[in-house]
Amino acid sequence: MDRAEERSLERMLVAAIDGDERAYRAFLEAVAKLVRTWLRRKVTHGSLDAEDIVQETLLAIHLKRHTWRSAEPVRPWIFAIANHKLIDAFRRHGRQPLADSPALEEVEAAEPEVLRSWEIDRALQVLTPGQRSVVTAVSIEGSSIQETARDLGMNETAVRVALHRGLAAIARRFGRT
Amino acid sequence: METNDLIKALAADSRRGGLPLGQAWIVALAAAVLVAAGMFFLLLGPRPDAGAALSTVRFVFKFLFTIALAVAAYRLAVAVSRPGGNWSTALAGIMVAPVLLALSVLLELVAVPSATWAARLVGTNSMVCLTFVPLIGFIPLVVLLLAMRHGAPANATAAGAVSGLLAGGIAATFYAAHCPDDSPLFVAVWYPLAIAILASLGALLGRLVLRW
Repeated sequence: MDRAEERSLERMLVAAIDGDERAYRAFLEAVAKLVRTWLRRKVTHGSLDAEDIVQETLLAIHLKRHTWRSAEPVRPWIFAIANHKLIDAFRRHGRQPLADSPALEEVEAAEPEVLRSWEIDRALQVLTPGQRSVVTAVSIEGSSIQETARDLGMNETAVRVALHRGLAAIARRFGRT
Repeated sequence: METNDLIKALAADSRRGGLPLGQAWIVALAAAVLVAAGMFFLLLGPRPDAGAALSTVRFVFKFLFTIALAVAAYRLAVAVSRPGGNWSTALAGIMVAPVLLALSVLLELVAVPSATWAARLVGTNSMVCLTFVPLIGFIPLVVLLLAMRHGAPANATAAGAVSGLLAGGIAATFYAAHCPDDSPLFVAVWYPLAIAILASLGALLGRLVLRW
């Protein structure tokens, strides 16, 4: 990634912090791609799923976005957070980052595809029913805040609060459930 | 939940983010100093001759040491609380206070006869120092840990220890105005011990509350 791309990421994040939802979505999508590529070289064994770490990193970036200073390059900040979450995941799995191990990869290739089990879905289970229905509506069903409020018979402020608390609770429980 | 679904939820959570970290630190520092000042005047108060003592170099040096430590610890605390923050220069700044202290000890050893060294080192107030610096600094430590928690430190234990160092520097600055022992020999033994109590406490609490 060159400096121009990094500048465009920084502009998106500045707009996002100002409340521009569309810019924020573009920023998070770009970050997901960036972190996914970076993790490909770091996560080489099967007990750890790189996409779980991408999701955990996105949650952390969201909840800690006030720690970024708009004057400083955004890339080192993103990767410091991603690295923190990667180390955390390795620690939970009781392993240190492994070098490429062909033997292990061959063993894994022979295993049948299992149904994908997301860490985030396990974390979702610990939310209160109200938080869970709001988070599910906005994420999986793709409803807007207004639609969610109407469908669940809540006011918009309550929906926003439930969404925020639900996401914070997911971040707290991620990988620990 | 697919990553794209998560992104939809995160983008929709457009409530204003937290207070920018730099501002949070300024608020926390001001609160920590105010609380320490309150505890100091409540528990101890300055010594009666504090005004006159300001013209003696040993009394003034105590503040030079504690303030140098507090300033460096503050800069280090801010740096370690930020992901990707550059804390190596801030870490080097921490060395200024110990170097000042070592120099002052050397000067003191030259200036006073060796027969008085032991008495100056033991002083009269060491237990007060070891008790009241942690007492004055405890609530400030809690305030500073809250600011650290608002940030995102990579190493919870180290970040807690730095918070304790800062709380210790602030508390010792106030305590120095009370303590009748001005010899650098006293300062070099008891102040670091008292500050180390807060730093260790900070490290322990940090392990518990600074994970994210």
